[in-house]
Amino acid sequence: MEIIDQHVKGIMEGCKRRARDAGLSFEDESLEYIVTNRDMIELSPKVMIPTLYDYWVHDVRVISGKGMYELYPNNPYETVINTRPPISFYNDNNPDWLNVMIFYHVLAHIDFFQNNLFFKHTWDYDFTGQALADKRLIAKYRSEHGRWVDYIIEFARGIDNIVGYHDQVSKSVSPDEKRILGKLDYYFDIFLQKEKKVSQNEYLKEITRYNQIGSKEDGEKHVVQENDYFIDVRIKYPEFDAFYKRYIEKKEDIRIDVMQYLMRYSSFLEKDENKWIKTVMEIVRNTSIFFQPQIRTKIMNEGWASIWHEMLFMKDDRIRGHEVDFAKVNAGVTAMPKVGLNPYALGMRLFYHIADMEDRGCYSWDYINTHDELKRKKYNSSVKYSSSEGIYSKKGFDRIFSLRENLCDFTFINSYIDQEFMNKHKLFVSGKRLNKERMTWQYYIKSRKAEAYKEMLIDTLYHPPIITVNHEKTAQGPLYLVHKFEGKPLKVDYIENTMIGLEYLWGRSVRLETSEPSASKDTSHQRFVNYWNPPAPAAPASSQAKQEPQAIVWKRVLYVMENRKLIKREIN
Amino acid sequence: MITLDELLEKDRKREEDGFKRKIRIGRIVKPVRGGGKEKIVVVPTTVEEKFVHDEIQLSGEEGEGESTGGTGEGEEGDVIGEERIRPSGEEGEGEGQGDGEGPGQGSGGEHEFESNAYELGKVLSQDFELPNLVDKGGKRTLVKFTYEMTDKHRGFGQILDKKSTLRRIVETNISLGNIPDVSAIDTSTFIVSPSDMIYRILSREKAYESQALIFFLRDYSGSMSGKPTQTVVSQHVMLYSWLLYQYHKQVVTRFILHDTDAREVDDFYKYYSYKVAGGTKVVSAYRMVNELVEKEGLARDYNIYVFHGTDGDDWDTQGKEAVEELRKMLTYVARIGITVAKHSYSKSKPTEVENYIKGSGLLEKHPHLIRMDVMDEDAEDARIIQGIKNLIS
Repeated sequence: MEIIDQHVKGIMEGCKRRARDAGLSFEDESLEYIVTNRDMIELSPKVMIPTLYDYWVHDVRVISGKGMYELYPNNPYETVINTRPPISFYNDNNPDWLNVMIFYHVLAHIDFFQNNLFFKHTWDYDFTGQALADKRLIAKYRSEHGRWVDYIIEFARGIDNIVGYHDQVSKSVSPDEKRILGKLDYYFDIFLQKEKKVSQNEYLKEITRYNQIGSKEDGEKHVVQENDYFIDVRIKYPEFDAFYKRYIEKKEDIRIDVMQYLMRYSSFLEKDENKWIKTVMEIVRNTSIFFQPQIRTKIMNEGWASIWHEMLFMKDDRIRGHEVDFAKVNAGVTAMPKVGLNPYALGMRLFYHIADMEDRGCYSWDYINTHDELKRKKYNSSVKYSSSEGIYSKKGFDRIFSLRENLCDFTFINSYIDQEFMNKHKLFVSGKRLNKERMTWQYYIKSRKAEAYKEMLIDTLYHPPIITVNHEKTAQGPLYLVHKFEGKPLKVDYIENTMIGLEYLWGRSVRLETSEPSASKDTSHQRFVNYWNPPAPAAPASSQAKQEPQAIVWKRVLYVMENRKLIKREIN
Repeated sequence: MITLDELLEKDRKREEDGFKRKIRIGRIVKPVRGGGKEKIVVVPTTVEEKFVHDEIQLSGEEGEGESTGGTGEGEEGDVIGEERIRPSGEEGEGEGQGDGEGPGQGSGGEHEFESNAYELGKVLSQDFELPNLVDKGGKRTLVKFTYEMTDKHRGFGQILDKKSTLRRIVETNISLGNIPDVSAIDTSTFIVSPSDMIYRILSREKAYESQALIFFLRDYSGSMSGKPTQTVVSQHVMLYSWLLYQYHKQVVTRFILHDTDAREVDDFYKYYSYKVAGGTKVVSAYRMVNELVEKEGLARDYNIYVFHGTDGDDWDTQGKEAVEELRKMLTYVARIGITVAKHSYSKSKPTEVENYIKGSGLLEKHPHLIRMDVMDEDAEDARIIQGIKNLIS
């Protein structure tokens, strides 16, 4: 691994100037390294962070990565990491013209990292530096506690996907917004009604009293008025302040994730000799939160980088004569496969599509109310724009720049995949079915509807289950986790080991409430019963034409982990 | 960089601390088009368990695969492509000559797998404490040592090799400058050193006398898809590797797949990857083994092992024919090992294959020749290895 030479750095700086002129924004400094494929294999299990803490799972991945490389050698062009300064890695055998293309790609990634709000919590510090400090700390613990450090990392990583990333985002994007009620609102909305359960008459009296104080001192400041009011309240309810304080604590608690809950309330971790475990957990948690936005913006980030390397490369005067080489490489990266998905290609086309739609003024009531297919196609509210040029007006650019700042993959896909996009690129959802006569798998066009395509895409996005601590039930001793069911069950094979880790960290038994398909639905007995009690009277036409797929019956179950033994119980 | 051995050593320590092992020995297989030998690399793998959504399709109709994206022309419902389930047809049609594989071809690839599998066998024997093979008295020994006078030795030995000795003496004298004229050599002036004397000496030679022939049988019917196949194939890879190690690589393998009919495939990759959606008749595979052994006279030359992996389904619920074929097989085999990877839904009740094999009384009658091991379809490596012990100990 070595830093690029001055000649190549010169090319990079030229790219930066041109990218800035086009509107991208990023910090001045950046570091570029030349690496071999072997380096890449060794770095990738650590998510390309060279200073990430050591862990045996990474070693396993490196060894199997090398085996994989032996059979399937591949040549990744580049990788960028979101650090300060951003570091990018390049293959050691790229020609200059290719580097120009790759540099634009990389710069657009950096622009995305440094402007997309989902990354805001990563802007204030350099992750490689933090990771190095963590790595040293873990190495120190390892010398003291041996392989138990690895177990703790394992247990912590077992729950590092259910961290409260979105809370972190909302905190960093709008730090002042409070979810907690003010004293006054609490008094009227909760304290009087829910805690004291005062009669309606009394409640109205209180409101009148408050209003009187307000009118008495007209023009005085609001705060003064409130303080005056609470003097009387405290006389009447001396316990009010304590109640309010407890309310705030509880409210904050509800927002903490499972890892934070363990770190705050586990009596096992509270012991002096176990304090170090909390530090390791904190490291694992922070690392996970650092990487979360990257997983959740893959399609956008790659799409964004692809449109910019394409637009900027073609305008770059330094690469004249390499247009054909570029076209070949670019097509390889950004072609839509006949069957399958390519996030680069999809994101790129969607950004272009949005810029085009915006330019033509299609995100408007007028367009939505136009139902004539031909008119829709030719629709253009602005006179200046002509589609033959292929370059978008400021309006179109402004729209995609604002998207790269505010959206993540889910919102991007959910808001912007429309039928026009489907038709323009001839997209479809492909299905695969068994043809028993021919003994083949047949691939067929399942749907050309935008809604179906959207649903299929959203299904591929990263979405860890929502699992939270139930405070009331946990107060009884065992940690009580609740999985909010969203139509998909948990992977049963993984539950046991994850819960062993939780039990260790909690120091007592752990419960997990989740949903599973009811096993009895397939038995002949059940079918018999259903014959006599047909479930819901479906529309006769459809039920005759095609056999409806049997609806799944879900039931709530409780997994109990005690003394490293897992048992399952049904919840009625 | 940490090595595989060190990783496995660490993994073993987990058990001391009361946790399950996490490292599995995995395989990466690269199919080679046109009938060449595939490449297989043995690598460690591990899974980090977390709470994650299961990706299984619950509402899908039977025989419906996963949906994905696509682009191109066509109406909804149009078929845009087809893929064969039994890739064997492809060889016949596409290549024109499926059997054109010469003996020399692809042997490099084969060797690569063998060397890796050999390593795996070593790991299994040593690290997982699999038993070493017991010598089957009646059968021939694996490695034979003969003493021959083929080796030469300078200075001492049993018989003087005159020709070599003379050649050596001439060489010495040339280097000493003792032969001024090659056309008129006077042998009486030769200087003869004792170390120029070359003798034949008695030496121990390794002779591979017998080999192992392993039949791997696998049910590839529809019910086997997914976990049962994984479990069975994992076990068979380990068995293969272990025998390779035990027999010092002198192992010949034959692969047979069956649903209602049996067919032989020529390499492990095909054995491992083929699947169909048909029914199951276990007897077809057993019969094929018997026919092959008889036709090719294999029983005379080999220690024959037959390993069969199934999920326990059989259309022939009584297994009359299957048991009959097994009896025939017992007359020549070194060991039959039947693995039943049971579906989780049939956990409580025994499967058909279990039933009729137990019912036949063969297991009690010939405990040294036939074994059966029943495990869950999602058995872990430790259990699979335990299964190997059950089958071969």
